[in-house]
Amino acid sequence: MSAAKANSNTQTSDDLAPTTPLVEFSKEQDLAAYQTMLTIRRFEEKAGQMYGMGLIGGFCHLYIGQEAVVVGMQMALKKGDQVITGYRDHGHMIACGLDPKGVMAELTGRAHGLSKGKGGSMHMFSVEKGFYGGHGIVGAQVPLGTGLAFANRYRGNDNVSLAYFGDGAANQGQVYESFNMAELWKLPVVYVIENNHYAMGTASTRSSSETNLSRRGLSFKIPGEQVDGMDVRAVKAAADKAVAWCRAGKGPYILEMLTYRYRGHSMSDPAKYRTREEVDKVRTTHDPIDMARNRILEKKFAKEDDLKKIDASVRDSINEAAEFATHDPEPDVSELFTDIYR
Amino acid sequence: MPTNILMPALSPTMEKGNLAKWLKKEGDTIKSGDIIAEIETDKATMEVEASDEGTLGKILVAEGTQDVAVNTPIAVILNDGENASSIKAAQPAAAQKAAESAPPAAATAEVPAPKADKAPAAPVTETAVDPDIPEGTEMVTMTMREALRDAMAEEMRRDGDVFVMGEEVAEYQGAYKVTQGLLQEFGDKRVIDTPITEHGFAGLGVGAALAGLKPIVEFMTFNFAMQAIDQIINSAAKTLYMSGGQMGCSIVFRGPNGAASRVAAQHSQDYSAWYSNIPGLRVVTPSNAADAKGLLKAAIRDPNPVIFLENEMLYGHSGPVPKLDDFVLPIGKARIARAGKDVTIIAWSNGMTYALKAAEELAKEGIEAEVIDLRTLKPMDTETIIASVKKTGRAVTVEEGWAQSGVGAEIAARIMEQAFDYLDAPVARVSGKEVPMPYAANLEKLALPSVAEVVEAAKSVSYR
Repeated sequence: MSAAKANSNTQTSDDLAPTTPLVEFSKEQDLAAYQTMLTIRRFEEKAGQMYGMGLIGGFCHLYIGQEAVVVGMQMALKKGDQVITGYRDHGHMIACGLDPKGVMAELTGRAHGLSKGKGGSMHMFSVEKGFYGGHGIVGAQVPLGTGLAFANRYRGNDNVSLAYFGDGAANQGQVYESFNMAELWKLPVVYVIENNHYAMGTASTRSSSETNLSRRGLSFKIPGEQVDGMDVRAVKAAADKAVAWCRAGKGPYILEMLTYRYRGHSMSDPAKYRTREEVDKVRTTHDPIDMARNRILEKKFAKEDDLKKIDASVRDSINEAAEFATHDPEPDVSELFTDIYR
Repeated sequence: MPTNILMPALSPTMEKGNLAKWLKKEGDTIKSGDIIAEIETDKATMEVEASDEGTLGKILVAEGTQDVAVNTPIAVILNDGENASSIKAAQPAAAQKAAESAPPAAATAEVPAPKADKAPAAPVTETAVDPDIPEGTEMVTMTMREALRDAMAEEMRRDGDVFVMGEEVAEYQGAYKVTQGLLQEFGDKRVIDTPITEHGFAGLGVGAALAGLKPIVEFMTFNFAMQAIDQIINSAAKTLYMSGGQMGCSIVFRGPNGAASRVAAQHSQDYSAWYSNIPGLRVVTPSNAADAKGLLKAAIRDPNPVIFLENEMLYGHSGPVPKLDDFVLPIGKARIARAGKDVTIIAWSNGMTYALKAAEELAKEGIEAEVIDLRTLKPMDTETIIASVKKTGRAVTVEEGWAQSGVGAEIAARIMEQAFDYLDAPVARVSGKEVPMPYAANLEKLALPSVAEVVEAAKSVSYR
């Protein structure tokens, strides 16, 4: 890669040379991926709307634009595999199969939120679905996810842990402490770096001396590759390869997902550090959902009317979640002192 | 039904803003994600994205309008098959747009009005008593180091999910030889040498614990655990609460804490107060071999994160340990190490060394001190302290840590709150001096508490 390219401010999927060849989806895969990505998109739009109405407090980090990453990764997992991520976590939970109602009710801080209203947007968990959070400290999920992989190895099963983090977290020291131990002990963990090119308001070129984050494992001998994180098929293909690597006991693997978030870092970020044209370019040419939709139509996997039905049912389920989250009561005051110790 | 677009809040504290610009006009087709307007506050300008699809039926608030209250309808989107006539029916009150006439945000958004809730009383935890040691039980003299090792070995034999990790715990047999022999018995799968990477292995341990294993994470000293304190507090201590009780972690962080000897400021800090400030953690601080064994076994079995603070100066101290198959002590129960009626001295860990020697000195002068070994700092056995103070009317706390915001300050506050009327003198604190630990032998001695200081404090609260 030329120096100019490495320092390009808006490295998107255009610049890619994926190392894992993309595999076409079957009709079922394409439709399922489309529906889940759309569910995340609509969920996040609704969350943004509800934040604007004052129903959601605090910080709220939306996943809009990055949907293909979690959906493609999740397609490579099996029961018992674990997922852990940072604070931009709503999409991961929906991809893991959690009910949007419970997630939305947690965003509104209500009794039937996933964490009984005590965690909020950044802190949700589900033992049942193998979702280990939802962590608010940038980078802290990386050693934790490495520990989940340690537990798999300790127990001698073939489960794999996915530890997601962003291009910002990739500069935290604990990430490299984890890389070292993971390779040293051959732990089954896929490090999924969701590179959306901005650590809050700081472009990766201004914060990272090596912006090709797939190379960040080189000195630990961890293989890595860049993936078009806007194409769910590319994500799935890379995920299959990385997960198989881990299941086979070969140690960790790094996938750098080149992706993009359309919204600000959080709801209160006006995103003035980039141009509207930059956002529009990705949106109009690389939107993961539009691309899936067009493909489905081209391949005649479904007709426009069928997709409209899917769209309507997704919208209904999200409206239902929003309705539930708006009217669910706040947690009982007796919950203040519960769940501190077991 | 037509959908209202409401004036959005940019932050939880925003109440009103200016509608700077409309980027769409009436009749335009709107797609989800389209930028339809720009709003501004004194802090920022932000684009309003549509989250619904349809046709922009009517603009209700003209561009340039100042102080538009959050949640005021600013435009109406028509769905397929709707026309402008639907708007009136749906939005009769849409004209009200200025902040003063708009309904409060909470009402529009159907947020339940905040109730004036009063915090419920914190639950009182019951403290278990020490198990009875059957008469005739053989006592074995061993060092605290051996007692700790035996506790780990017994628990590792009992439960395959228990493992120990840390720097030099395996092949080197422990930097302070506390893990001696464990590698030979349990192998390198369960006795794991880590790289020098405290933040990383503490986090890895918490992750393994979230997955159901029971790690014992040894820090070569708690001074190095400052590298890892984020994982201990933010990940280990808080996850159970943040998950609404779904996901917790059973993990022990252990190692020597406080001052050793002549290792100066960066290797001599007492973290008792730091960790005992954190809800979600238990903090255990044994002072002798028997307590070390019984409490470490309890800590390993505890389903919560436990900070187990040892002391290098005590590792070599020998004491009697009951020879029982399964000697487990309750976490959260203090022990009366010496009974007395004149003054209560409260200490833990190495502070007990000063406290017990001071009690002997005081006895020579006719003052009978009752010495309480707290053993656990969190939860703190306030009941035992209060019962003693009600008897003696006087109290002295002893700690190696600094006085400000220290454990002694906490004890004094509890005594003041719960036994004020029984006090015959203000509570006295003996603590480490508020300086980074000096290296020079004479200065180091001065920086630490001493027997003489405890004696003096006990006399002063006794007005003698």
